[in-house]
Amino acid sequence: MTLSDTSAKASAHGEPAGGEASPGAADTRLQPVPFRGGGFRPVRVRFVGLLVFAVILVLWEAGSQSGVISNLVLPAPSEAFEAFRQLVETGQLWRHLGASLQRLIVGWTLGMSLGVAVGLMIGLFSLARAGLMPLVSALFPIPKIALLPLFVIWFGIGEGSKVATILFGSFFPTVIATSGGVDNVDRSLVRMGQSFGLSWWSIVRKIILPGAMPAILSGARISASIAIILLVAAEMIGAEYGVGAFILMAGSLFATDQLLAGVAILSAMGLIVGWLIGRAERWLLRWRS
Amino acid sequence: MDLLLRGVSHMYGDTQVLRDIDLAVGEGEIVCIIGPSGCGKSTLLRFIGGLERPDAGEVLLAGAPPAGSLNPLTYVFQDFALLPWRTVEGNVSLVLEDHGLSAAERRGIIDDVLARTSLSDFKTALPRQLSGGMKQRVAIARALSVRPAVMLMDEPLSALDSQTRELLMDDLVGLWQRERFTACYVTHNLAEAVRLGHKIVVLSRRPGRIREIVEIDRDLADRQQADAKLDAIQRDLWQLLRDEARAADRELADDTV
Repeated sequence: MTLSDTSAKASAHGEPAGGEASPGAADTRLQPVPFRGGGFRPVRVRFVGLLVFAVILVLWEAGSQSGVISNLVLPAPSEAFEAFRQLVETGQLWRHLGASLQRLIVGWTLGMSLGVAVGLMIGLFSLARAGLMPLVSALFPIPKIALLPLFVIWFGIGEGSKVATILFGSFFPTVIATSGGVDNVDRSLVRMGQSFGLSWWSIVRKIILPGAMPAILSGARISASIAIILLVAAEMIGAEYGVGAFILMAGSLFATDQLLAGVAILSAMGLIVGWLIGRAERWLLRWRS
Repeated sequence: MDLLLRGVSHMYGDTQVLRDIDLAVGEGEIVCIIGPSGCGKSTLLRFIGGLERPDAGEVLLAGAPPAGSLNPLTYVFQDFALLPWRTVEGNVSLVLEDHGLSAAERRGIIDDVLARTSLSDFKTALPRQLSGGMKQRVAIARALSVRPAVMLMDEPLSALDSQTRELLMDDLVGLWQRERFTACYVTHNLAEAVRLGHKIVVLSRRPGRIREIVEIDRDLADRQQADAKLDAIQRDLWQLLRDEARAADRELADDTV
């Protein structure tokens, strides 16, 4: 009997072969298959984001208290919070925030509605696509804030010019998102609608528009952020009230604690808008798997 | 209502896809159209339903559609074509909404049609929650809701696995026995054709022409069991199609030489 024979026998009984077995023995040893899968799949981890915020704030506060971070360079979070508290107490917060929110809501809503309408037209009519798409491509990359002086001449120094800046800023990304969304609607669904004799308007309303909704909503996310950026920029150029005006004033007085409070308000606005759009997405797109 | 095709021919660019198709579909009859892939059978179905126009020839309807028919020529698609954002009842409702029915009438039709296809329990489910077989049942319910004169079925079972396909074939046989619907049924599956067709139209390779029309006079209900005659028909059909594929092979070789 040869060595390889014995090892074959051993493996047949399910026993691993001995240490000094023949080359064949290594092949018969039982080993678990190495795991190579997993990963590449984001899972929801709660509270970590909050924790990161908290840790940074605590370190920052500690640095300021101990003098590692000079107050001239960067005020402590507690000071910024104190400035914020004063804003609340004097009632200035609502005046600034109210003015800003009004501009934001009016401008963004108008920009979104017009953008969706024009985007649908571009998606549905070849003539509109041929005529308007180059125009959109030409106007989209222009920083709208550069046009503010023109808007002031056209729409007045008051609310008009600021709303117009936000409107134009949110209009173009919405047009592009909507027309792209319409292009991506499953044509077999449209053919189904036609085969059942649905009217053109029914097909647009019940098939095209819901089908383009995911793209429209992700466009809304982008245009909302652009709207906030433009809001502040427009308010910095000429406004009595508004978060942007407040930040500008604080900056020119070197009241860095107030400046930070203002910036924090902007952050919070961005977070809240993002959260609201997330809720809208979850509700409007609950049919998605 | 009968359906009549006369001399239907069509070109896509320079290639002729269909040539001189003459065909009659009688009331209460299931006509299966089979042929090798690319022979224009789906195109033919689109002509019949008025979704596309043939270059030559005509598609005619004889007689009035049955009373209360909302959409005489109604498709069942291979990919189901359900709106993912509408529930089962919403998907059926979609095709009733443009016909000026009252909400109560619509609800009545939906309940009736879902009961007939045993889908009542799934009324509020979304398409993503349904298996492929259930999705196609919903699509069939949707087609029935508009009381079609002719159902145009474009490979309705091709996207399903073979077990589900068997189940749905049983459903269709049962449905036909109850409702005697008229259908044009395009498929590349010979077993389906032999099981469901009263008439089987065999198309040739491109340009698609009618090679042969096989009539099977056995009642649909009696086709369940293994049957030597049906098996023989299926074998003959396969022979025809295999020859077509071979012929196409040779054609291609001739072309390049």
